[in-house]
Amino acid sequence: MATLAHKAKSLVIEQPIWLFVAACIVVFSLSTEHFLDIGNFKNILVQTSTIGLIALGLTFIMINGNIDLSVGAVLALAACLAVDLQSSIGIPLAVTVGLLSGVVLGALNGLVVWKTGVDAFIVTLGAMIGVRGLVFVYTEEQSFYATDFAYADFGTSSIAGIPTLALLFVVLAALMHWILSRSVHGRNTYAVGGNRQAAIDAGIRVGPHMVINFMIGGFFAALAGVTLSTQMGAATPNLGRDFELWAITAIVLGGTKLTGGAGSIVGTLGGVIAIGILRNGMNLLQVPSFYVLVIMGTILIAVLFIDRQVNRNAEQELNV
Amino acid sequence: MNNLDSIENYGVHEAGTAPILSLEGITKTFPPSVVALDGVSFGVHSGEVHALLGENGAGKSTLMKVLAGIHKADAGEIYLEGRPIKMENPMDAKHQGILLIHQELSLVPEMTVAENIFLGYLPRKWPNRVDWKKLYGDADAILKRLKCNFSAKDKVSKLSIAKKHMVEIARALVFTPKIVVFDEPTASLTDTEKFVLFDVIHDLKAQGVAIVYISHRMDEIFTLSDRITVLRDGGYRGTVETKETDEDEITRLMIGRSLDTSRNIDTAQFGDKVLEVKNLSCGSLFQDISFSIRKGEVVGMYGLVGAGRTEIAETLFGLRTPTGGEVLLDGKRLDITNTTDAVRNGLALVPENRKEQGLVLGMSCRDNITMAVLQHVSSAGVLSRAQESNIYDKYAEELAIKSPSGAQKVGNLSGGNQQKVVIGKWLATHPKVLILDEPTRGIDVGSKSEIHKLIRQLAKSGYAVLVISSEMPEVLGVSDRILAMYNGRINGEFLDSEVTEDDLVRAISFEQKGQL
Repeated sequence: MATLAHKAKSLVIEQPIWLFVAACIVVFSLSTEHFLDIGNFKNILVQTSTIGLIALGLTFIMINGNIDLSVGAVLALAACLAVDLQSSIGIPLAVTVGLLSGVVLGALNGLVVWKTGVDAFIVTLGAMIGVRGLVFVYTEEQSFYATDFAYADFGTSSIAGIPTLALLFVVLAALMHWILSRSVHGRNTYAVGGNRQAAIDAGIRVGPHMVINFMIGGFFAALAGVTLSTQMGAATPNLGRDFELWAITAIVLGGTKLTGGAGSIVGTLGGVIAIGILRNGMNLLQVPSFYVLVIMGTILIAVLFIDRQVNRNAEQELNV
Repeated sequence: MNNLDSIENYGVHEAGTAPILSLEGITKTFPPSVVALDGVSFGVHSGEVHALLGENGAGKSTLMKVLAGIHKADAGEIYLEGRPIKMENPMDAKHQGILLIHQELSLVPEMTVAENIFLGYLPRKWPNRVDWKKLYGDADAILKRLKCNFSAKDKVSKLSIAKKHMVEIARALVFTPKIVVFDEPTASLTDTEKFVLFDVIHDLKAQGVAIVYISHRMDEIFTLSDRITVLRDGGYRGTVETKETDEDEITRLMIGRSLDTSRNIDTAQFGDKVLEVKNLSCGSLFQDISFSIRKGEVVGMYGLVGAGRTEIAETLFGLRTPTGGEVLLDGKRLDITNTTDAVRNGLALVPENRKEQGLVLGMSCRDNITMAVLQHVSSAGVLSRAQESNIYDKYAEELAIKSPSGAQKVGNLSGGNQQKVVIGKWLATHPKVLILDEPTRGIDVGSKSEIHKLIRQLAKSGYAVLVISSEMPEVLGVSDRILAMYNGRINGEFLDSEVTEDDLVRAISFEQKGQL
């Protein structure tokens, strides 16, 4: 029993967000009729997959001690490229071009951060504005519609009763979790974010390492753009505005530190799902959407405050 | 002349009045197990320069931080002019007239000199505006008193380290201090600046201010001080009149034994030259450094902070690019431009500051130890937990790392065990040359001797070891050969069996006549 209690306690300390998710499920299932339906949960997973995909890549960048604010704009560019080009070069190539655009922009962000030494916040803030500009240049403020129905069908399809997009998100989350916790690259991600000087001293090539993480981040932002456009069967130049903020919110809720060195994909998944459940549940309760934003903002601060309290106690325990 | 007058005055104090400040039975423990101060008592008179001596880690700085209200003592009393005082924070101490001039700089770099000097006490005029005219006027007056050749309007970030120290000292003169504590004030000053500082100290003394002077440099202490108090391992070891003592007595008090350095060294036991450094230079940091280390040999590099020791280590390790000279490893010229190359070539650096450079505190012991060898415990980029644990278990046993498990966060270990983790990380890379920069800084006495023993063992098992240290007993205790650094140059080379303490102090404090 003692070990069970111990395990429960360490779960609360390390992943408090899942406790919060559980609490939300209990509250919403008691207060609304349809929340517990299987269909509703599928719905939540599909709705959160866009922010979720962005958050998977961004988690790596943030554990690395960097940040990428340009993911929303990259998402829009990839979506527009994938939808617009498919009439001329076909869906597979168009999607590839869209995904590549994300990887290339990520590499560019990473190279600038590495070579100039300017803070990632500033570099990607510039990229966020600049890339959004590129999107408008490319689209001439027009929206694109998918001409091939197969594209939009993919967004609403299911495999064995589970929505394809939800499945894709869950599988990629598992893959990213594995990379972060089991691979050399993942370990170095923690080391570089935890103490950059120590990582350099240990012979880790910190610059190229960070570039790779920015490329991963760019890829996932682009992928989110593609999946979002399959859901809508269209792409607009304003797609993905504020998405970087929602992704960061989810990641931070999941326990990743803005200063780097700590965090996990399991936590990020919890953060993403927490936001999805809150939105969905309050929707079912018919809370007006502006109040939803007020409540979400409050919850972000409250959860982090509780997290801090819990972890502070833990630190004191170790000192005794 | 000033000096002599004061000494006579001081004699009067000694006969009649009580000390202006006395600390009694001060005890301070840092969890989990470091006893920094153990019942230390200490008194200063007005108009006296009282030197506080001790090795690094003896508790001098901690004692002064207790005095200045930065640390709270676990037990003991502080009396000012006979009354017990309670200090909750640094502000209390300042208001009582106790001023500490820090070893580390605590200036705001983006503000002007004047703003820094008056930080927290900016002169105001109605309605709560800064009185800039008065600010710069007052600041310039203080700078003039210190004979500083820079303006109160200069930005602090533009000043040299020495000038920044002068600003730090200027801060103390804003108040009418009763007690001023100088913590290693000359560590980064040039000779000229040093004499200006000594003048300031004489002035303060003549005004009846009590001065506590912490330093390692014997010559300074014998010129400046009236009395000397020695701390060792956090305990009080005695107070002596400067006039009635000599360096031998002080050394005995500091080290607790007459130095026995006669370890029998059989030079034949060493193998071939592993590392050879020829005329290595790096701008103004160090020049013309030549030395070699043989297999199985421990070479100590002794010198004061700022003598260029750490910079040499960083250059060997590829963190800095040399401006001249060459480095040979096993007779082959090394061309290292980054740390990846250094590690691959068999160099290892245990850095000076383990928390900032050596360890990722949030990661586990095991993950820290395998950090530099991940390619050996993985295949195709995938880590093997089993192999990682093998490496951890091996070095945890070999180095006697005391940790509940490999999964324990390294930040929760004691300083000595943390240092062992750093050493373990480097042994795992199977280096040829092991460079240890201040290997026992901030480590308690028990673990210290353990680390020293470990260094000897490592050399015996075939590593070429370079130990950089500013602690004489450490250098004498572990090295076979000692290089003394002064001002970016090697100022003397000694065999451990032949060197005297006096030789070493001389070699790190003055330009060697023979070398000029």
